[in-house]
Amino acid sequence: MSDIPLKTVSKTSGGLDHLIYVLRANPVTLLAFGMFALIVLSAVFGPMLVPYDPLQTNASMALQPPSWDHWFGTDNVGRDVFSRVIVATRLDLSISVAAVALSFVVGSVLGSIAGYWGGWLDIVLNRVLDTIMAFPLFVLAMGIVAALGNTIENIIYATAIINVPFYARLVRAEVNIRRNAGFVQAAKLAGNSDIQVLALHIFPNALPPMMVQVSLNLGWAILNAAGLSFIGLGVSPPTAEWGIMVAEGANFIVSGEWWMAVFPGLWLMMAVFTFNLLGDGLRDIVDPRKRT
Amino acid sequence: MSVAAYPRLRAVVMRIAQSIPVVIGVVVISFLLTRALPGDPAAYFAGAAADEASIEQIRVALGLDKPLIQQFFIYVGDLLHGDLGQSIYSGQPVASDLAKRLPASLELTLTALMLSCGIAIPLGILAATRPGSWVDHLCRVLVTAGVSLPTFFTGILLIYVFYYLLGIAPAPLGRLDFIYLDPDHVTGFYLIDAALMGDWETWAAAAKQLVLPAITLALFTLAPIARMTRAAMLTALSADFIRTARAAGLSSRTVLYTYAFRNALLPVVTTLGMVFSFALGANVLVEKVFAWPGIGSYAVEALVVSDYAAVQGFVLAMALLFVALNLVIDLLYTVIDPRIGFAAK
Repeated sequence: MSDIPLKTVSKTSGGLDHLIYVLRANPVTLLAFGMFALIVLSAVFGPMLVPYDPLQTNASMALQPPSWDHWFGTDNVGRDVFSRVIVATRLDLSISVAAVALSFVVGSVLGSIAGYWGGWLDIVLNRVLDTIMAFPLFVLAMGIVAALGNTIENIIYATAIINVPFYARLVRAEVNIRRNAGFVQAAKLAGNSDIQVLALHIFPNALPPMMVQVSLNLGWAILNAAGLSFIGLGVSPPTAEWGIMVAEGANFIVSGEWWMAVFPGLWLMMAVFTFNLLGDGLRDIVDPRKRT
Repeated sequence: MSVAAYPRLRAVVMRIAQSIPVVIGVVVISFLLTRALPGDPAAYFAGAAADEASIEQIRVALGLDKPLIQQFFIYVGDLLHGDLGQSIYSGQPVASDLAKRLPASLELTLTALMLSCGIAIPLGILAATRPGSWVDHLCRVLVTAGVSLPTFFTGILLIYVFYYLLGIAPAPLGRLDFIYLDPDHVTGFYLIDAALMGDWETWAAAAKQLVLPAITLALFTLAPIARMTRAAMLTALSADFIRTARAAGLSSRTVLYTYAFRNALLPVVTTLGMVFSFALGANVLVEKVFAWPGIGSYAVEALVVSDYAAVQGFVLAMALLFVALNLVIDLLYTVIDPRIGFAAK
């Protein structure tokens, strides 16, 4: 028994060393991790820390430009834009995390089954995925939300559905190439059932590329959800959400009140940028060859 | 003289045949979307003030009392006649509404794509030939920043800077300022139609309206194209045949464009297909920001008033457009790279 913990310890510290090495060589990734921490903190603690109630209107303070009292100015009914932007982080992040988690699970299950057993299941799955990919994805999301009804849950489902093909294909490919690998045959000979082999021995190999995909997808899911709410789907007006705040601010941009649209837009951009940087950084850690 | 005698023709026919299941799948999904309407579609189409009898009447009139399979075939039959249903919002058939507004969207999307290819491909080539130089760094920054830009936000920023601050762009209100008359309808593309009429004043006005939305969309599509061009050129330039060509004393220009670029073109064209999908989606947002009267803003207006036939007609039309486009791109492969098409797939 004594050699097993030893082995794991050396392995993790090796991975950690590698991580530190990569982060040192790539300060941009370090920055991305820092920004990510900031986003998560403002999603978790933001609503407690903001200076104003994000829904509190104040007609006497409407359309004030940024000042010391209101860092990002106030909107047309006098709500504090800074508070709204920070509070919105939680909603935007929850929508995209929920959607990506959903497509991760569904895509993993479908992809594993198709990749492991193949046959007609594989053919049917590929046809379905091809059909989903045949739609311009944002447009399909619009159609799904229009059909299922205009709620936040349906935004999550729509975003999840349009993301499933990416995960399913990735898992299918990773599982398929290992289907008859030596370690798989050994695991089968040791008496494991197909499900056990698939879930415990093959699937973990697909996790590193999946993590890269998750990180890149999170940014994309945020953009997608914000885009849907920008055109009036999902989130309804008094709620603080970046897409809808940009949409509300857009009406005032032609008369020069830029802060209403610019700050939520910048925050949205920063969040997406963070996830994209993180995804690129993770890819460098996971697979240095794919660096472009 | 069978088809088999012409391998390339055979490949083309095969590829067209392959897109048939996809089209069927697209039609099935769009049928399911129209039938998955929240609540009872018959009650919805009958309006708020309808009683039980008139709802039942509508249900029969719409064929909603029939089994789902039969409804599907009726739906397909309607589609084959070009019937996408009636828009409640405009009172017109959805198909004719879409046909009327499609040229505006296409003019915007195509202009944007030409613009972004015109910038991204040279940028990608420059970055690949000078790795580590400032062009390379610029390319990398643009690529990462570009994919993070929400199109609707860039559009609004551009409006603020060029319309409000600098005053050099026209008001973001559609395709043509109201003081100009629309050019005679030939292609529906204002730039082409105005040029055909020889009306250069209208042409300039239409071009001015087009610039900002096209740049917005181009900024969004720039990143994937530049990224792929750079990567594909790097791969092509490190290939053995490039070393041979260089060793044989060919000019660096010939090596770069005739040898490397032609080989790099294939992945770039593949990316273009994906980019077009993004662009069609982003189009909806850009059209909303600039009040551009295309099919995207039509769908958004229809969504606001819950005009589902119009929305689903739009989704289906976009999907068919995209399938057709992917077909064209795949057929382009055989032109770019003669090796493809002989490989039976």
